[in-house]
Amino acid sequence: MDEQIHILAEKFYKSLYRIRRVEEEIARIYPTDKIKSPVHLSIGQEAISVGVCEALRPNDTVFGTYRGHATYLAKGGNLEKMIAELYGKSTGCSKGKGGSMHLIDVAKGVMGTSAIVGTTIPLSVGYSYALKYRNSNAIVVCFIGEGAVDEGAFHESVNFAALKRLPVLFVCENNRYAIHSHHLSRSHSDNIYERVQTYGMQAERIDDGDIFKIYEFTSNYIKRIMLGNITPVFLECITYRWKEHVGPNDDFHLGYRTKGEAEYWIQNDQLKKLKSLLDTDISSNIESAVDLEIKNAFEFAEESHFPEVKELYTNLFKDE
Amino acid sequence: MQRILSYPEAIKEAIVQEMTQNPSVIVLGQGVDDPKGILGTTKGLVDKFGSERVFDTPLAEDGMTGVAIGAALAGLRPIHVHIRMDFLLLAMNQLINMAAKMRYMFGGEVFVPMVVRAIIGKSWGQGAQHSQSIYPLFMNIPGLKIFAPSTPYDAKGCLIQGIRDNNPVLFIEHRLLYYQRGHVPTESYTVPFGKARILAKGKDITLVGISQMVIECLRARQYLKEIHIDAEIIDPVSLSPLDINTILDSVLKTKRLMVIDNAWMTCGAGAEIVAQLIERNIPRDVVIKRMGFASVPCPTTPALEQHFYPDAKEIALNAYQMLFSGKRAWQPDTELQIEEIEFKGPF
Repeated sequence: MDEQIHILAEKFYKSLYRIRRVEEEIARIYPTDKIKSPVHLSIGQEAISVGVCEALRPNDTVFGTYRGHATYLAKGGNLEKMIAELYGKSTGCSKGKGGSMHLIDVAKGVMGTSAIVGTTIPLSVGYSYALKYRNSNAIVVCFIGEGAVDEGAFHESVNFAALKRLPVLFVCENNRYAIHSHHLSRSHSDNIYERVQTYGMQAERIDDGDIFKIYEFTSNYIKRIMLGNITPVFLECITYRWKEHVGPNDDFHLGYRTKGEAEYWIQNDQLKKLKSLLDTDISSNIESAVDLEIKNAFEFAEESHFPEVKELYTNLFKDE
Repeated sequence: MQRILSYPEAIKEAIVQEMTQNPSVIVLGQGVDDPKGILGTTKGLVDKFGSERVFDTPLAEDGMTGVAIGAALAGLRPIHVHIRMDFLLLAMNQLINMAAKMRYMFGGEVFVPMVVRAIIGKSWGQGAQHSQSIYPLFMNIPGLKIFAPSTPYDAKGCLIQGIRDNNPVLFIEHRLLYYQRGHVPTESYTVPFGKARILAKGKDITLVGISQMVIECLRARQYLKEIHIDAEIIDPVSLSPLDINTILDSVLKTKRLMVIDNAWMTCGAGAEIVAQLIERNIPRDVVIKRMGFASVPCPTTPALEQHFYPDAKEIALNAYQMLFSGKRAWQPDTELQIEEIEFKGPF
């Protein structure tokens, strides 16, 4: 196997395995009610965050969605603080005031996830405006779901990003469903990336979830930015959510989608594909290290304290 | 000699001074770089500071509010300008779900230093969608600070304070206040949040006027003078946080309060002020009245519009009735030459 591919596969596997196992553990713990926040699991979609974020540099910034565990972890967000946040503890990344849908790690360039669909899109664009204003060579990645494309703020934002030629990469995780509503029950055509092209930016679709293609697309974009060719780009990644919209369970019994529809994506699981590329001892070492880290993170959350009552009134305003 | 500036000149001077001393300050909004420059308040700024710092926007209030928030998260200090306050209704999602909440819901990890300028319209047939004054909606939201200055002095000082503040600030202007002229120091200065301004001392009744309504209160005070009623006029200046103590002290002295909202009254600033006073156990003999917009959308024709807004005459009549209920008939002398209605300071 090509050495470069092997190095990448190992990096990808480590990040992807970590995210998958974290969310499986969240799903396992969830029925105990220790997690004090609704969870929107990204299981099945994680390879997009990993493929993009592995190509990013520390000074690049990401904005994410309420299905944002993968984004947060892939960009380097602190695991202990994330689990503590889900537990509502004062040691959480948002001091227990945000929960699963409001993860943030400023030091790692995770500028926050939001529970209102589409709200972080203009924030990403505004952030990238500031980067360009300061002649930074950093970029912003704006992760969205295809549901966000229904929102006016999406169109307002991509228009402005194209107009001002801003350094922002829009990544649309098209898992086909907004809660239980199929994309084609909300849009005339299945052509998000083509629509975005008409705003005046490069826009492409990767339809098989291939993590290497996603990584390559992002890497090429950063190379282009480094050469001073600053424009926004848009990447639509077709993907599939394995779990229910919110919560730890499967939901195929509801009837709005079929198990057969999921089959391609389960067979195409990037985690399994990456593992098959690695020597067993390498993957085993990764797994045991990650498993230990996750065990410690949940213990950290368990042992942490809930915020004191006085914290109800803190953090409303800065300097007060 | 005192330097006299108009309200819009004071606003422009605040922006120019802050942009000059801090390269992080930017101005965006529909028409900020056009020949009219938001009634002159942003005129010429693009020539002085460049199109990266002063730029027109698409007609996308929600998206551009989010752009301002994102820029603020990255350390810029955007001033987002809306020539009509009504347009803020298109930006409520970003203002309320994001700007007001980000610091809290991320446990203090971020802050959003931005100013949203919004101008209330009135008269000449502005009509239902160009005259709204929706500050009560925002007063209901934790996480936003709100200024509504009425004098040129406060316009400059409050705007500089707002730009330097590290939180989202709503800066509410009024089209008719643009005719106000008054003393404005040349140098840079700030006016604090949470401090009301007593624009005129009096002992018989307290009139609290919001935004342009405080000018109507000053006019009413002149009518009332003719019949020896001495009204104290208070401009809250800062609606969030609200300085209830200055109003409380005045009411304990006068025993009579009228709050004249520059908006509909239900759940308005007047309702809030009165409720806070009652919670502070003001004496039971204090008489209270609220005034505000008629509870309908603003009509266009002057025949109806003049009855939509409270005016100085109506305020004076209500004040008179509060003091001399049924004792004698009185009508304000509307032929009275009202001079010096502008508050010229200095403070």
